[in-house]
Amino acid sequence: MLLERGNAVYGVALNFRASREALAGQFYQDPYKKPPVAPILYVRPRNTWNVCGAAIPVPRDVEAVRMGGTLGIVIGRTACRVKTQRALDYVAGYTVVNDASIPHDSYFRPAIRERCRDGFCCVSPAMAERDALPDPNQVEVRIRVNGELRCRASTRDLVRPVETLIADITEFLTLRPGDILLTGEPHDAPVARAGDRVRVEIDGLPPLHCGVAPE
Amino acid sequence: MKHARVACAGTIQDATEESGRLRFPDGGLVAGDAVVWLPPIEAGTIFALGLNYADHAKELAFKAPDEPLVFLKGPQSLCGHLGRTMRPAGVSYMHYECELAVVIGRMARNVERTEAYHYVRGYTVANDYAIRDYLENYYRPNLRVKSRDSATPLGPWLVDAADVPDPMNLRLRTLINGRVVQEGSTRDMIFDIPALISYLSSFLTLEPGDLILTGTPQGLADVQVGDEVVAEIEGIGSLKNTIVAAPEESHVG
Repeated sequence: MLLERGNAVYGVALNFRASREALAGQFYQDPYKKPPVAPILYVRPRNTWNVCGAAIPVPRDVEAVRMGGTLGIVIGRTACRVKTQRALDYVAGYTVVNDASIPHDSYFRPAIRERCRDGFCCVSPAMAERDALPDPNQVEVRIRVNGELRCRASTRDLVRPVETLIADITEFLTLRPGDILLTGEPHDAPVARAGDRVRVEIDGLPPLHCGVAPE
Repeated sequence: MKHARVACAGTIQDATEESGRLRFPDGGLVAGDAVVWLPPIEAGTIFALGLNYADHAKELAFKAPDEPLVFLKGPQSLCGHLGRTMRPAGVSYMHYECELAVVIGRMARNVERTEAYHYVRGYTVANDYAIRDYLENYYRPNLRVKSRDSATPLGPWLVDAADVPDPMNLRLRTLINGRVVQEGSTRDMIFDIPALISYLSSFLTLEPGDLILTGTPQGLADVQVGDEVVAEIEGIGSLKNTIVAAPEESHVG
């Protein structure tokens, strides 16, 4: 399956345990009041679509952009009200994504200004078949900036593993073939500046590389 | 001119309105009850506004925002005129929101307020249902509340911008089973259409087919299974939809 602009792409915030732990002290305070129950989802609109090898544009008023290297799950068949035990049957394969954002601390309102910039979601268009990852919840994600390893995380530390994400989302939102679900950026995802080269690696998948350039 | 997308005689077709009926490109003319209505456009990005009417913000005990409160919806949330929207079992508050939907017609980046209307292709009606039981204070309003399957009826018509001389002065209302429950005017928007286009295009590119649902005035009420809900906007259209129960879990494949 070739991934194309126009497929629905959904991200999930605070899906690494370390990100939850870092915010845990605020969960009972304003504006949150209670810890999150459902996955904290966001839409990656089509203007954010970008491909491996291209440059992520840094907006003029922004100094650095967070490089949210993440495992992308590609849906293979219509997934509606899917049960956890059968969730992987709905997966066609996997891809590597750099889900960039302008660093932000608040999760109260949808981060449209911070996430929905043109070219901010860099996707490797070559999907690897599902067999490429025997267990998507046991893969390491590495993010390199100018060759230097800046972040190392494992999907074993996801708050919601792949199957649970698919089940909890398709409870109310049907995923279609070609739709992509991003499993979440690591807690310590690095920032990059114009001129940097970024590489996201996940064992078993072709690496994703991109530049960072002024808008 | 008013445009529709419908399924008829085994195909999906574009049609235009003629004396209340549908004229197809091949010349055929059929009645509206002889077709299945689809959303009038194949939407790109769906932007929606929260708290964009002062009276509604007050009703929800929020002060009016200083910056537009924008959220996004997935494409599966749309459904056509005369469609059905599920009310999940066990929820206590599901409400409609009658909204003027702006359809973008040209690529728009860094557009000035004064130029904004040049980027509008036309208008339609949206009913942006919400299930308040699922509200959480994380990326609020969260997708579980606002991006549910078939919970955003859209249509029936896309009305050309040229036929809507003053989109900022249109009466809106919602009826449940024929009883008026919500009334307002687009003139009471906090951020008007030029402001919204200018704001969004200041940091992203709007594209043809993108939708902006401009928010709803006060007058929210719960809807129940079996209710027939009509969201209508003067000169744009009357969008009807029925609330249904979710199928039993045991029937899920």
